[in-house]
Amino acid sequence: MKAVCYYGKGDVRVETVPDPEILNPRDAIIRVTATAICGSDLHIYGGYIPTMQKGDVLGHEFMGEVVDVGPDNHRLKIGDRVVVPFTIACGQCFFCKEQLWSLCDNSNPNAWVAEKLYGYSASGLFGYSHMYGGYAGGQAEYVRVPFADVGPLRVPDSLRDEQVLFLSDVFPTGFMAAENCQIQPGDTVAVWGCGPVGQFAIQSAFLLGAERVIAIDRFPERLALASSFSRAEVLDYSKVDVPQALRELTGGQGPDACIDAVGLESHGTTLDAWYDRAKTSMYLATDRPHALRQAINACRKGGTVSIPGVYGGWLDKFPLGAAFAKGLTLKMGQTHMHRYMPRLLEHIERGDIDPSFIITHRVGLDDAPEMYQTFREKEDSCIKVVMTPS
Amino acid sequence: MLQDTAHEIERWTGVAMATAVVAYGLSRRSLPGVAIAATAAPLAYRGITGAWPGFALHGADATRVALSGDRGTHVREGIRLEVPLDVVYAFWSRLENLPRFMTHLESVTDLGNGRSHWVAQGPGMPVEWDAEIINDVPNKVIGWRSIEGSDIATAGSVHFSTARQGRSTQVLVHLRYAAPGGRAANALAYVLGRDPAHMIREDLRHVKQLLETGEIPRATKGAPA
Repeated sequence: MKAVCYYGKGDVRVETVPDPEILNPRDAIIRVTATAICGSDLHIYGGYIPTMQKGDVLGHEFMGEVVDVGPDNHRLKIGDRVVVPFTIACGQCFFCKEQLWSLCDNSNPNAWVAEKLYGYSASGLFGYSHMYGGYAGGQAEYVRVPFADVGPLRVPDSLRDEQVLFLSDVFPTGFMAAENCQIQPGDTVAVWGCGPVGQFAIQSAFLLGAERVIAIDRFPERLALASSFSRAEVLDYSKVDVPQALRELTGGQGPDACIDAVGLESHGTTLDAWYDRAKTSMYLATDRPHALRQAINACRKGGTVSIPGVYGGWLDKFPLGAAFAKGLTLKMGQTHMHRYMPRLLEHIERGDIDPSFIITHRVGLDDAPEMYQTFREKEDSCIKVVMTPS
Repeated sequence: MLQDTAHEIERWTGVAMATAVVAYGLSRRSLPGVAIAATAAPLAYRGITGAWPGFALHGADATRVALSGDRGTHVREGIRLEVPLDVVYAFWSRLENLPRFMTHLESVTDLGNGRSHWVAQGPGMPVEWDAEIINDVPNKVIGWRSIEGSDIATAGSVHFSTARQGRSTQVLVHLRYAAPGGRAANALAYVLGRDPAHMIREDLRHVKQLLETGEIPRATKGAPA
């Protein structure tokens, strides 16, 4: 089959690889009908994610049709149309039972690697390095889904692929980011980063009762989308002093909650951002947490900073003092996908939201190398790339 | 000869260190100081007698001798499972189940009367030994040791207990092993890897995965990690 494979920093190729097979009793094989490139795939593409190997199949946002099931999978049938969550969860461990699905104890065969780095391992992930299990990803014609009697969500034929595909990651991720803000009626939420997760965080913040959402980015098309589609107030950080603007917009009090939908490759125009660039370029630091620093400093006293953006290592100049002084709540982590997917599907079915609004590029699998480049450079007003493998 | 000298040096270094620690502890004239002094006592004991207190001069059988003192390797690892205690115990006490999650084992055969035959994959040839159950309290503990004459000396215990008000089960493995002979020692080192604690930890992870989910996850064909 054809698959999008990682070959090194900035090097992604479409290769012919062996078709996946059922390896474990609860597996399923999915014929992929739609798959997307995620902003976090760009962290891999940029060489920020350790334990990637040449030839690894990429992709963790995908959906399709069930073409094979393992002998102990009693939930899926051949022909089912499903969206697959990017986090793999067993459904039976302590963490799954506690609804902390992205922290599943059993789905990462290489848990010991992550344990060396983090103390304990989170769940296995599709197409996201060997530290997270070494599972082949879904930017391919077919993909093997472990614990497929727990994760995949059946979707009705009345909804198009484009409407439900983002249940695989970015919609629930944006939603959990907003839910983590513990929004009260009348609240103002500030969102750093207006990529797909940021856009869904904005939508979800309104869905959860926020009165105002302030969106921060530098790309006009992303700010325009946040403003036109989601009625967010927008700030272009390349033009305005964001902390000052946030103070003004909130009567000097600061936003009730701040969402960092940027993560470890934050850009910025201030001194600390250049400092991060210099240090990471010399391998003296692993992450560039400019947006996170700003979110922590801008947040009102007693507020919440929610972090859906991905971080991987040891942060430099992390303003824990500010967070402590202001009594902030920090919430973060990979999305507990299984907790949100059915509920968000209902929102889509009811017409509360059509997630396809973020798509800017529709291509075949062969265009993946070019699209990774386009998406990273945000050329051609690229916000979200959807690929159809067949 | 050289080894004997080294042992002498090691012993007297131990005594010297222990004496220093005892002196320091007592000089603090406080309860914590006494505690510090007390912790150094076993070190002093070993320096003088050549054996750790508690293990010295017990019995004459091979396994105990081979594992006495600081001989052999000691591993302690634990895991928690969301599976009832009696299920975990029942699974574990059927020794034939062990190779299903202990990836270095090829087979364990129950010979009856608490005796069993173990086969592990070594470099180019299997490593084999016999063991006997020396302690079996249902839902609490299973203890075993290798039988005299085995190439490999091993003894250990698995303790079962509950946690979180009985909702979870905890398993604690305490394993000691040694290979007195050259070839067997090399084979054993190969079987258990360079880091036996890592191997045991992975085995425990596998039993948890197997009992909680019915399978051991894998990303590729072939044996799990």
